[in-house]
Amino acid sequence: MSPADTTASRQLLPALPLAALFFAAFVLPLTALVLVSLFRDPQFSDLSLVQYVRFLSDPFSLKVLSDTLWLGAEVALATLVLAYPLALVYVASGQFMRTLITFLIMLPLLTSTVVRTFAWIVILGRDGIVNSAMLSLGFWQAPARLLYTWEGMVLALTQIQLPLMALPVINSLLRLDGNLTRAAEGLGASRARIFITIVLPLTLPGAIAGWLLVFAAAATAFITQTLVGGGRIILMPSYIYQQAVGVQDWPFAAALSLIFTLAVTGIVFAVGALSRRFVRGVDAA
Amino acid sequence: MQRSLVDRVYSAVVGTITGFGMLLLLAPTLIVLVISFTGGITLKFPPPSWSLRWYLELLRSQEIMEPALTSLKIAAAATILSAVLGGAAALGLARSRLKIARILDALFMSPMVLPAMAFGLSLLLVFNLLGIRLSAATLVLGHTVICVPFVIRMVGASVQQLNPVLITCSLSLGASRWYTFRRITLPLIRRGIVASCFVAFLTSFDNVPVSLFLADARTEVLPIKLWAILEGSLDVRVAAVSGVIVLVTLAGLVCAEIFGGISRQIGNR
Repeated sequence: MSPADTTASRQLLPALPLAALFFAAFVLPLTALVLVSLFRDPQFSDLSLVQYVRFLSDPFSLKVLSDTLWLGAEVALATLVLAYPLALVYVASGQFMRTLITFLIMLPLLTSTVVRTFAWIVILGRDGIVNSAMLSLGFWQAPARLLYTWEGMVLALTQIQLPLMALPVINSLLRLDGNLTRAAEGLGASRARIFITIVLPLTLPGAIAGWLLVFAAAATAFITQTLVGGGRIILMPSYIYQQAVGVQDWPFAAALSLIFTLAVTGIVFAVGALSRRFVRGVDAA
Repeated sequence: MQRSLVDRVYSAVVGTITGFGMLLLLAPTLIVLVISFTGGITLKFPPPSWSLRWYLELLRSQEIMEPALTSLKIAAAATILSAVLGGAAALGLARSRLKIARILDALFMSPMVLPAMAFGLSLLLVFNLLGIRLSAATLVLGHTVICVPFVIRMVGASVQQLNPVLITCSLSLGASRWYTFRRITLPLIRRGIVASCFVAFLTSFDNVPVSLFLADARTEVLPIKLWAILEGSLDVRVAAVSGVIVLVTLAGLVCAEIFGGISRQIGNR
């Protein structure tokens, strides 16, 4: 080793304690997770791939996985529709409005998930805001069931995850060269046309980044899924919890966790790679 | 004529959705605050009458106050551990060009990518296989790992902005490494450290997926307790807890903004 190498490696010394912690409390557990998923039964008697076969041949399990991924996709799309106008207004506004929007975005980001979810129980519940408003205005004759439905869950998750979409979209729009839109305006394009042909394509990388963040967050949002979705909608996080803690079938729970992890991270990496390959925008560098 | 109509429709649509989006962002927090002062015994909105009864009820509820205290202690421990270990690692990694530094950086960031449920379960499995009893300590360990990515990113960003010439100057003028660290490096990365401590504390305090698997009967944490209460019944005491959490978080945000410029730090993340 040359002296330069030793100095360079010595710079890394402060990272060693954390590396040790991560080996013991991150790498080791994940290795254990993979190992446990390879056992035939909860008694750890025999190695096999039976847990994975069990998952792939069971229509119920496959449905749970596809529902979960679909939920993530749907929520991410809904936040995208809300985030763009918000970001457009942010970019076009003065300091006061910008500070206000930043504050509104930070507020849910920093309030506890249980609290945010609880708010949606108050909004959607039998005596909740939506029901009391609709009943007193005479639109509905009887309280509607809004809590413990798929739509209610999508709505709640959309609000809860909106900040994750708004931040990258705003960042993208801020980096957009204003001369492009001004040129289009000068040449007589309508604002809608400018948005469709210039703003949207160029800020797509930010939108995709946000979409992936929200997708992963919504698909794994155990608390909101169980409390707003209710016990009858079974999604991967609650399925894993039920198999691990309820049934105590650790090998199957471990296999479920790995399949879920691979599905979510696989989609995130694939979409990320495809967008880097095919989408050119302001964040491409 | 036609163009201005298109423009007007476009502006109306953008304006309406923005208004709705801003309302959607604000309303739930406000609603929680309002309902926590209800005088009624249900979550009926608007509240039939006003009172502080649920806050008083909360003070008497041992089964909520204890998990709250446990959560605070665990979040404090996880914040200190992740800030010290993560901060040191960020200092080491930020300037290194070695390949191993990039591998370590990716490793330290990976808890952010991995679904936390899978990580929680994997910790439960490994502690069981090794015969380690679950305790507050095992919980702190799990929380530390999920807090580390925030520290690495935020402190790392501060270190990147630090001018290395300042450190060379200090050393060549005869200051010891420790003195240089204390008087030059630390003050210059203070904002990153404060901001990451704030976010790490909230992350741990709010964590469910890891605590769900690692909390044993004696170390019950607040979010899990609240989740369990809400699964069973719609208890108004949760509104009071939520009210306290919202107000304390807002106060913390103001403090962190003053000492660490938190909004800029989070924007950079």
